[in-house]
Amino acid sequence: MELLLALAIGVLVFCGVYLILRARTFAVALGLTLFSYAINIFLFSMGRLKTGQPAVLADAASYTDPVPQALVLTAIVIGFAMTAFVLVLALRAYVMLGSDHVDGSESKAAREEA
Amino acid sequence: MMHLLVVPFVLPLLLGAVLGWISDERIALQRLLCLAGSACLLLVALALLQQSASGVVSVYSLGNWQAPFGIVLVLDRLSSLLVLVTAVLALLVNCYAAGGDDQLGRNFHALFQFQLAGINGAFLTGDLFNLFVCFEILLIASYALLLHGQTTHRLHSALHYVILNLVGSVLFLLGAGLFYGVAGTLNMADLARFVAQAQGDQLILLQVAGWALLLVFGLKAAFLPLHFWLPRAYASAAAPVAALFAIMTKVGLYAILRMSSLLFAPDTEAGASMGLELLFVLGLLTMLLGALGAFAAGTLHAMLAYLVLVSVGMLLAAFTLMTEQALSVGLYYLLHSTLVIAGMFLLADLIARQRGKLRTILRSGRQIQNPNVLGALFFAGAIAVAGLPPFSGFLGKLGLLQAVSGASAWLLWPVVLLSGLVVILALSRAGSLLFWHASGSVEQATQSGRTGYVAAGLLLSSALLLVVFADPVLEFCLAAAQQLLQPQLYMQQLQGGW
Repeated sequence: MELLLALAIGVLVFCGVYLILRARTFAVALGLTLFSYAINIFLFSMGRLKTGQPAVLADAASYTDPVPQALVLTAIVIGFAMTAFVLVLALRAYVMLGSDHVDGSESKAAREEA
Repeated sequence: MMHLLVVPFVLPLLLGAVLGWISDERIALQRLLCLAGSACLLLVALALLQQSASGVVSVYSLGNWQAPFGIVLVLDRLSSLLVLVTAVLALLVNCYAAGGDDQLGRNFHALFQFQLAGINGAFLTGDLFNLFVCFEILLIASYALLLHGQTTHRLHSALHYVILNLVGSVLFLLGAGLFYGVAGTLNMADLARFVAQAQGDQLILLQVAGWALLLVFGLKAAFLPLHFWLPRAYASAAAPVAALFAIMTKVGLYAILRMSSLLFAPDTEAGASMGLELLFVLGLLTMLLGALGAFAAGTLHAMLAYLVLVSVGMLLAAFTLMTEQALSVGLYYLLHSTLVIAGMFLLADLIARQRGKLRTILRSGRQIQNPNVLGALFFAGAIAVAGLPPFSGFLGKLGLLQAVSGASAWLLWPVVLLSGLVVILALSRAGSLLFWHASGSVEQATQSGRTGYVAAGLLLSSALLLVVFADPVLEFCLAAAQQLLQPQLYMQQLQGGW
């Protein structure tokens, strides 16, 4: 299970970073989302992977660590708000600047190509 | 009085929530509440400064959960000093904004208070994850403030700022997660205890986590390879926002200072192999780059944004030296640079209003309406920023030059002096273009109220006040530096919990 999780995080980070480096705001927003998913899973796994264990309750010999779960929950809420903000900002920029390029306008080379 | 410690965080947060409910048509009420809140904050900050001056590290456990299990707020000399600067800056910037800039966009006052809550929280918290939350609060408020009074230019720079900081937030989580995974705690004092005993693989993992956090703090502080967002964002922000942002880079620097003194102190095993010396060199390079950028800037706003970089570089160099004297001078210079640069941003706006379409573009234009007052203020501010006597910038620079010795002195002296020279040239060029190369009739000016002049003047006068009261201020800074270099004082808070 550790290998699978590590691979999943790796693939998510790879896709996220690739998309963040794109020039279109929508791709960048998607990339940010994927990146933060990857880190959320990573954060979750920092409490060590366990299956079928109870939460912290009396008399349990072994239990799952509740702190990373609380952290992930906070991170998800904040990440959600931030993603919403980026999307609104990107839309606004597209409407006002007339382009969805992250620099606000196409570079000369790209325009000539088109 | 036990609950006083939580006030700088909770008061702006509640006030911000209340202000959000008041419609923007009742701007007078909003201004009154916001000013009253900032004034209260200043009083509380003064009381906290008094409390910390005795050298006791006070701890406030939220919900009365003992550290390291609950979240704590910690007040030592350093954090009380920074909360006080924030409060002074907030009150004066607020006065300026009440002159009319708060009506350029919606909800200025509510966002302003949220930003203050985030900044104060970041200075006071003793918990790594709580630091993340405070960073997010101050960031999301700053995103919206940066867009205040939307222009296409602002939108464009805001997009870069937001995306970069979101990547930064993700990296922060990565670092905090690694710390928790290895140490099993997020309380900073508890972490420090753990890091001091860590060995082998654990140590390497902790250092990786430390560097991830350094990267994030570096992005906020904007030193050399991470500075790209700053000049554009600061130069395009509305004047009161840019002035408030003068404290934002200091939040990053504070976090670096806290981490490098508490977790990775140079005399411990973890700190010695961390490679923090690199930051010293980066600080120097940032100074040079900032000075060159200021010289090449096409508008006064851009020039001021690069001057922020110069001060960041200087502070980073001072903080990474990790000696008592360098730290104390660094803190003194931090006070000076925050207040004076904020004053200059407000002043630049006052000048821009009198130059018609030219705004602050550095080209000779028509005569401005009151060149004497603005010119005198600009002259004084420029001398203070460039670090010439008789103002506080000079004392700070001189102190730093005296505080270094050996190889770092060979690096620091030429860089500080050279960048100082370039900054003087840049500012004198700007000053002569704005005030002396003016010709023809007086330019039509948009009216700016008297409060604007008072706020900008008061902020700039801090350069003089910091010299007049240099002795007690430097003494406090020295005491703060001494406290910072003894992390065991900070770690005493745990004793109650164990």
